[in-house]
Amino acid sequence: MYRYDEYDHAFVAERVAQFRDQVRRRLAGELTEDEFKPLRLQNGLYLQLHAYMLRIAIPYGTLSSKQFRMLAHIARRYDRGYGHFTTRQNLQFNWIRLEDAPDALADLAKVEMHAIQTSGNCIRNVTADHWAGVAIDEIEDPRIWCEIIRQWSTVHPEFSFLPRKFKIAVTGSPNDRAAVRVHDIGLRMLRDEQGEPGFEVIVGGGLGRTPMIGKTIRAFLPKQDLLSYLEAIMRVYNRYGRRDNIYKARIKILVHEIGAEEMRRQVEEEWEQIRGGALDLPQDVIDGIARHFAPPPYQVQPVFAPETERLRFEDRDFALWLRSNVVPHRQPGYAIVNLSLKPEGAPPGDSSAAQMDAVADLADAYSFGEIRVTHEQNLVLPHVAVADLPAVWRGLVRIGFATPNLGLVSDIIACPGLDYCALANARAIPVAQRISTRFADLARQHDIGELKIKISGCINACGHHHVGHIGILGVDKNGTEFYQITLGGHAGDDVSLGSIVGPAVPADQVVEAIESLVDTYLKERRDGERFLDTYRRVGTAPFKERLYAPA
Amino acid sequence: MAKNLTGTLQIVTANRLRDGQVVFLTRSGEWTSDIARAAVARDEAAAQRLLAIGTVAAAESRIVEPYLTAVREDGDSVVPVSLRERIRAQGLTFAAISADATRYL
Repeated sequence: MYRYDEYDHAFVAERVAQFRDQVRRRLAGELTEDEFKPLRLQNGLYLQLHAYMLRIAIPYGTLSSKQFRMLAHIARRYDRGYGHFTTRQNLQFNWIRLEDAPDALADLAKVEMHAIQTSGNCIRNVTADHWAGVAIDEIEDPRIWCEIIRQWSTVHPEFSFLPRKFKIAVTGSPNDRAAVRVHDIGLRMLRDEQGEPGFEVIVGGGLGRTPMIGKTIRAFLPKQDLLSYLEAIMRVYNRYGRRDNIYKARIKILVHEIGAEEMRRQVEEEWEQIRGGALDLPQDVIDGIARHFAPPPYQVQPVFAPETERLRFEDRDFALWLRSNVVPHRQPGYAIVNLSLKPEGAPPGDSSAAQMDAVADLADAYSFGEIRVTHEQNLVLPHVAVADLPAVWRGLVRIGFATPNLGLVSDIIACPGLDYCALANARAIPVAQRISTRFADLARQHDIGELKIKISGCINACGHHHVGHIGILGVDKNGTEFYQITLGGHAGDDVSLGSIVGPAVPADQVVEAIESLVDTYLKERRDGERFLDTYRRVGTAPFKERLYAPA
Repeated sequence: MAKNLTGTLQIVTANRLRDGQVVFLTRSGEWTSDIARAAVARDEAAAQRLLAIGTVAAAESRIVEPYLTAVREDGDSVVPVSLRERIRAQGLTFAAISADATRYL
């Protein structure tokens, strides 16, 4: 795991001290809100409906147990005892007092964390495959490159006032688990003909009010050229991205307007000017960062663990959990354990301080003290010995994070929605809760199979509804909540954007609508088909026909 | 969601600077979290007078972003017309998990 060096420590400490003084001056009336707002946003502090919200960066979704315990401490000390994991692999606290924010940030700094670049028109916290370093299909740990990007982009003077915010996602595997095709820049690792690892460079993807699938502008970029190539992209965007209209300011609009080929030409032209210069990192610097992500000291573990096998046969819940929440690890004898933060009827992605502490304890006992946050609002214990799976499962059952529903109908992504968010048009969390409760029967969920429901409370699409197999978008019709349903979105390699199925439905009919869509799928599906497969084969028509049939 | 919907009765709301808490302007010029104590303007002129008080409080760094929102009378209190403002006044529409809970509900 990356550890701060002296420079990182000094930088973060200085930012906390600066912000403490800025808050003092604001509370004393020496700064107006107009003067102060950009300063607090640069430190991740938003003003939402009920209170200030602090968005904490979790670089590439990796946390130590010590950091996790500090998040629990902050939840208890400065918030109402819980936090919300987001689709950006971040953590948000919803009830922070402005006067406490500097102390909360000082506590975070003690464990090498901060809230910088979680807001504003800069390069935001870089996201990654949550199974980085442990996935069996991985070429190289993407976090090495995420960390290099983090160091390059942090308060980069040239890119601190971009036309709009900028999100980069990296996957170290050819199989995309980081939604790289719907980010401003997506980097997908692959090998060239000589077997050398490099990146496919995808530009101009994004969700929001104008969803776009990113375009590949370079099929293969050698690793050592990454920073200079990224800088070339940023320069083209910074120069030509629109600043006259906030809705047209993202790089996706630029790429759409000039075309992928012209974008590629401009980037390559810029790159020719700067490649081979200061941004070519010496190999020893890369190796130094890579050492931070070296695998933990795995023990030789039996691949076959008798106690685990016995429990698998004796306990149906454990067997179900193994099937949906545990995946193979690249190290024989180990497994990746996915924690579901979607218990029946709960707000997706929320964790109490007590749950955070318990997860930290489990990580220390069974996962080399390491925890991951996923963009699907779940957590991961990345290195669990197969023989320890029963103990970990029992620990997770105790805190309600063992629901065997990963990737199933109740593993719903939902943004905070109108219950918290100043931008929202409709609620998202209560809709997720109702769907989760309706489909609580786990046997039925497993029968339905993979089905990703994603809910956004407004067009900004924090809930990724465009790439939900079923997407739900909250809209405000004359003061009443309605929900527009899309079908067929998907965030993987075979990415697609959902299509609107028909007129929006009132809030009290959303659960019935989902039930109808699921029923149509079950009626239409052929052997082995997931919801998405059936939808892609039969199209919208049968779903629409049944959904809008007169009662 | 719209902060305001048309209506004749209006109150002034804002967030308190030091902690962000939702507050309402009272008849005596204080800021309260109890909407029942909010000063209600019955016409546009009265509404603008209330908002002017809010603007001064914002300039004095007591509250942030004051604005008018429509309400309807409900017994001794008032209820905002828009759902957004009802949620601001009444809180979350679901139960959040508490610090020591290891189970949701």
